[in-house]
Amino acid sequence: MNVSMHSHDAALDAPQRGFPIGAPILELEGVSLRFGGVKALTNISFNVLEHEIRAIIGPNGAGKSSMLNVINGVYRPQEGTIKMRGQLLKEMTPNYAAQIGISRTFQNIALFKGMTVLDNIMAGCSLREHASFLEIALQLPSARKEETENREKVEHIIEFLQIEHIRKTPVKRLPYGLQKRVELGRALAAEPKILLLDEPMAGMNIEEKQDMCRFILDVNDHFGTTVVLIEHDMGVVMDLSDRVVVLDYGKKIGDGPPDEVRANPEVIKAYLGVAD
Amino acid sequence: MSTLTKFLLFNQQKNSGSPAIREKKLGIWHTLSWGQLADEVRVVAAALLLEGVRRGDHVGLLGENRPRLFSAMAAIQWIGGVVVPLFTDTNAQEIASPIQTAKIAFVFAENQEQVDKLLGLIPQCPSLRRVFYDDELGMRHYRQSQLLSYEALMAKGRTGLTEVGAQLDSELERGSGKDPAALFFTSGTTGPALGVLHTHEALISRVQSVIKSEGLSSNDTSLAYLPPAWLAQHVFAYVIPLVSGSCVCCPESSETMLSDLREMGPTLFLAPPRVLEALLTQVSIRISNTGGIKRSIFDSCMAVAKRVGAGVMSGEPVSATDRLTYQLGDAIIYGPLRDVLGLSRVRKAYCAGESIGADLLLFYRSLGIDLKQVYGSAEMGLFATLQATDPGLSGSVGRPAPGLEISLSPEGEVLFRAPDQFSGYYQDADSTRLRTDAEGWFHTGDVGWLSAQGELNLVGRKQDIGSLKNGGLFAPKFLENKLKFSIYINEVIVLGKNRDAVCALVDIDTEAVGNWADKQGLSYTGFADLVALDEVYRLVGEVITETNAELAKDLNLVHAQIHRFVLLPKRLEPDDGEVTRMRKVRREVIAQRFASLTQALYDGSKVGHVDASVRYEDGSSGQVSGTVMIGHARIFTAQSLQKAA
Repeated sequence: MNVSMHSHDAALDAPQRGFPIGAPILELEGVSLRFGGVKALTNISFNVLEHEIRAIIGPNGAGKSSMLNVINGVYRPQEGTIKMRGQLLKEMTPNYAAQIGISRTFQNIALFKGMTVLDNIMAGCSLREHASFLEIALQLPSARKEETENREKVEHIIEFLQIEHIRKTPVKRLPYGLQKRVELGRALAAEPKILLLDEPMAGMNIEEKQDMCRFILDVNDHFGTTVVLIEHDMGVVMDLSDRVVVLDYGKKIGDGPPDEVRANPEVIKAYLGVAD
Repeated sequence: MSTLTKFLLFNQQKNSGSPAIREKKLGIWHTLSWGQLADEVRVVAAALLLEGVRRGDHVGLLGENRPRLFSAMAAIQWIGGVVVPLFTDTNAQEIASPIQTAKIAFVFAENQEQVDKLLGLIPQCPSLRRVFYDDELGMRHYRQSQLLSYEALMAKGRTGLTEVGAQLDSELERGSGKDPAALFFTSGTTGPALGVLHTHEALISRVQSVIKSEGLSSNDTSLAYLPPAWLAQHVFAYVIPLVSGSCVCCPESSETMLSDLREMGPTLFLAPPRVLEALLTQVSIRISNTGGIKRSIFDSCMAVAKRVGAGVMSGEPVSATDRLTYQLGDAIIYGPLRDVLGLSRVRKAYCAGESIGADLLLFYRSLGIDLKQVYGSAEMGLFATLQATDPGLSGSVGRPAPGLEISLSPEGEVLFRAPDQFSGYYQDADSTRLRTDAEGWFHTGDVGWLSAQGELNLVGRKQDIGSLKNGGLFAPKFLENKLKFSIYINEVIVLGKNRDAVCALVDIDTEAVGNWADKQGLSYTGFADLVALDEVYRLVGEVITETNAELAKDLNLVHAQIHRFVLLPKRLEPDDGEVTRMRKVRREVIAQRFASLTQALYDGSKVGHVDASVRYEDGSSGQVSGTVMIGHARIFTAQSLQKAA
């Protein structure tokens, strides 16, 4: 497989990406999250621009997953605000997040293990289903038409992620790397504006990582999906993302383009534990 | 009819509505009828004329089996062009030489990956002017003036159809059987690729005689799943459907081939031995993972099949009890198994590319699949010999096809002469002269013998066959095929020519051995770790010992028993040059790369050392190095065998 990272060598004089980076789509302002006395996040502010790939990095326990959970409404922060396209999101729940176009994948894969790949991804469409329960149960023409349309959409995703060969395989029988890919597929089925990826490359070998990188770049490039991702592999983060937020002990210690973040002494200290 | 294009239009007239190509796309099978196909081909042909493709031009094709690949080939041939299918899984450098040799200006590429290769080659291939691409995925940012999408090409053809309509008709009329139709570059087990031109007439007449003798018809279906750059696949999936009016199916991707095979249930099936081996391995793994009762039923049925199945297939006399048991087996095991393999509707199955082991051939025949070995090469074409009657157990490949003369050199090398079909390598008189003698006989490099009925029997490659130091005959292919019948062995190279004993380099089947290791509760981290396990050495040692016991029963083969072996610490890859793109072993490369291992096999060492470079798919390279154990197998003598019995 031909893996090309950000540099499309052959696309000489072409613009670098399909959707140019736009205005802020997500703005977090002074977000703090506490579990009892434990401060998970302290006064965090950053924004995500439309169509960009934004990474959140940090050592173990830095609050990265909590950050994603705040964004899609699993946790409600005690302080601070989140705005999407300038609109204040007050009563955030995972359901509501999904409805306004925020999809996610999980660090520990959360698929329906006994269901096939196809059914798992089809489940991702359910948000957009308009037919009522009765219409679906009675297999009325309107419900069937919708299912056919969804199936076609799902087939495009299956083709896109190159998982045709496991379409009818129960998810539990798949190796870890493919399960991650299926989870990405399910998130895509909801046609998200913002895609939250929690360690999409954890536990993968180099080849699987390269594949996943390419899929993330392609999603961003073809559909213009804004991507917010948590990742441990620094090489991957630096190659993939446009901008990086660095957390340590629940605090933001760095924010900017990969090169800048890499040179930031505080970040180096947090990662390498250099004595000053 | 003299050209393939005329066959296409004949099919359009005669069976306009019947299926020509089926393709699985987005999970659904789509059908293209002969009428639709011919219409599309006409449009593409018009566009190619407008693009400046002229009679005699060589047009490259760099894609997998897709309806558009077939339409493109037919369109090129319509206006007198020559199709040059190229292997898609090669790196860019490997396709540079065919493009330069054939002065290719136009190429049909399947997707971004192939386009990237071609664009990178433009500086060293100045002839390359235009690239048509099929899949638009990832192509949005490409602005190169050489690129044009297949959609845009079709649009151009549609608007220009009236303009060049008359020219299309006259090009069709001008086409004659003597025109070159296709140029193939041999994947070659030795040396660089050589081009072989085939005319319309040569392709058509050969296929017509096959259709007649094998009883193929327009009701047949086949599956196009092998590389289009392989002549056998081209004949099977392109020429035969055109000439007979039958249907060809394109699987969704190479990974889905097995399930697509089952969904389509083709009636004709072409496979190189490695595909048949892989199918057998899949079955064996699945059976070994089932419960005891099922496994014992399977084993006893397979024992019956092994004993009488091939006889039933060949119509030999079989006792009534055996026939009845076989029918019972067919109802509960063989039939369902054929179904699972996707071969339940197969009328004719052919094995091409390499000689198939007798065990493997018999396995399939005993299941009730009419599998035959066919002989051919890029130079001779596919079906160079035809099996008129049932091959049975004789292992013969049949009589030469019409228009092709076959004889043997004093050393037993197979020679052929076909003045109308093969006149030498494309623009390579030196290579042609090297292999053609004064009387025009072409030396195939295969050794064989002719039976009293004039049927050809193959022994192996001339350069591989030799003798051991003690004078015994050494024919590696025979031994290798015997060993490869084991599901644990993927590929094996036996050594022994001019040496005092036979030894083997073994490439294990990762899936089968991995599955076995799982069940034994052995832990390993990866391939290199797996092949270094003592238990795996013991497993392969047992396989070889079993083979040795069989060899010892035959006086002519008793000296050919395998004494020592090593398990190769890396898989054999075409990217590393160890096997060809069709996965044929390149002995010289392997001998050179693992020279220190070979030495260790013969100098009495306990371990050998490997230090080989590997090339990864992204073009980077690495190093495999380490120590490899030497395994020993039991050697039998006639006495020891009797004692054991």
